[in-house]
Amino acid sequence: MKEKPVLQVRGYAKRFVLHEQGKVIPSSYDVNLDVYPGSLTALIGPTGAGKSTVLKGIYRTYLPSDGELLFTRENGETLDLAQADEHQVLELRRDEIGFVTQFLHFLPRQPSEDVVAQPLVQRGYRQQQARKLARDMLAAMNLPERLWGISPATFSGGEKQRVNLARGLIAKPRLLLLDEPTASLDPKTTDRVVGLIENLKHEGVAMLAIFHQPELVTRIADRVVELETPTLNETLLEEIA
Amino acid sequence: MDKVLKVRGLSKRYGKGCATCFDKTGPDFDSNICPDCGSVVAAHDVCFDLYAGEILGIMGESGSGKSTAVKCLYFDQEPTAGNATFYDQGQQFDLFSLNKAQQRRLSNQRFGMVYQNPHLGLNFDISAGGNIAERLLMSDVDNYAQIRQRATALLSRTEVLPERMDELPKNFSGGMQQRVQIAKALATQPPLLFLDEVTTGLDLSVQAAILDLILEIQQQLQTAMIVVTHDLGVIRLLADRTLVMKYGRVIEKGLTDQILEDPQHAYTQRLVASAL
Repeated sequence: MKEKPVLQVRGYAKRFVLHEQGKVIPSSYDVNLDVYPGSLTALIGPTGAGKSTVLKGIYRTYLPSDGELLFTRENGETLDLAQADEHQVLELRRDEIGFVTQFLHFLPRQPSEDVVAQPLVQRGYRQQQARKLARDMLAAMNLPERLWGISPATFSGGEKQRVNLARGLIAKPRLLLLDEPTASLDPKTTDRVVGLIENLKHEGVAMLAIFHQPELVTRIADRVVELETPTLNETLLEEIA
Repeated sequence: MDKVLKVRGLSKRYGKGCATCFDKTGPDFDSNICPDCGSVVAAHDVCFDLYAGEILGIMGESGSGKSTAVKCLYFDQEPTAGNATFYDQGQQFDLFSLNKAQQRRLSNQRFGMVYQNPHLGLNFDISAGGNIAERLLMSDVDNYAQIRQRATALLSRTEVLPERMDELPKNFSGGMQQRVQIAKALATQPPLLFLDEVTTGLDLSVQAAILDLILEIQQQLQTAMIVVTHDLGVIRLLADRTLVMKYGRVIEKGLTDQILEDPQHAYTQRLVASAL
């Protein structure tokens, strides 16, 4: 492989220290993987293997316990996301790393088209232009036009997921993390999403994804990384103290 | 990104103080009262940086020192120790070594403050418009028509009917008073805004409207803000980064989603777990 990976994960581990229960819960353990530009790496494994924990560690919603998360920035610099300071992470989230989570987090009382336009506005697009691109994206996602001006709060699971995906895909980040993006979509919309993901690949976006349906992995993954449930059992805090 | 504020080792102690105050208080002792001299250590060794356009949350329960920290920065209180640098239009200000006049100039013109209690932020003896005019006059705008025009624009911006600008603040509801306070704070277009429990005690729908307004202002004007609150919902909605305080100390700091989803400190874990 000549091309340099956008992300190299080496020995990533995450343990949750729960003070109230006095326990340490292992979630991910010794994860190693590479994500290349224009290519999709799929994370597979049983429930509880820590797949989402890997994505959240990369996005820094979780603080990694061990390992390196080496991200190659647009300017060619390499940065360990596990060590990056908060301002660097915020900057990367705005400019280079996107995350489509299982659940849509959005500002209440905001129309769907503005929810989708938000990543563009944060990057300095004019409101009008961002909104136009957002509408195009919602149309591509098959969301009925009558819903564009309404807050996603009252939407069905599938409708929310479309808004969520539209917001994640619109910004074309250099690295896109996808956590079960098609879990609540009908087959027709799933096909559209697959098409959009293929487009992003052509544009050079590197993707790391978890899919609910195994057939999607065979359809769009270029690499597959299998995680196993951590063999380590939870330990009591006193034992390691 | 441009740095707006750098705070290092900020401490505030009430009482005569002794050598052991800072060593014998804090979360490890479950107290902020010094056992040897009885002084109250309201805040100790608070450190953070704030960048342009960023919202920093300071979270903690009553008495954790979160308001004290902000009041020191706005010169409402005098800190016992520490330093703070404010970066503005190519200049640097060492906040705690400025004289009173210089401090007043900054708090009048370059900082905005919105208090939980509108009586602290507004003069209740003069009209809503007068409150705004007062701040503009102190920052050298003295043309009557211009002041009137600015006040009208600010009040409509914060959704207070301009027709009511000549009424006294006491005629307004709590939510409206907060809006007038925000309009007043914004009058000089300050690059730094302090918000101390601004939605506490308001109806939920009024809270929501005020929070929407704050977000809109942040997006349009790129104002850097420090938001002090005990409300996890406010933190989640507004803050990019969050400090968690207990007994006067910062016990944890991080990205807001990380603080809420992967809190490290026992106290923060309990706080997040007890959210409704």
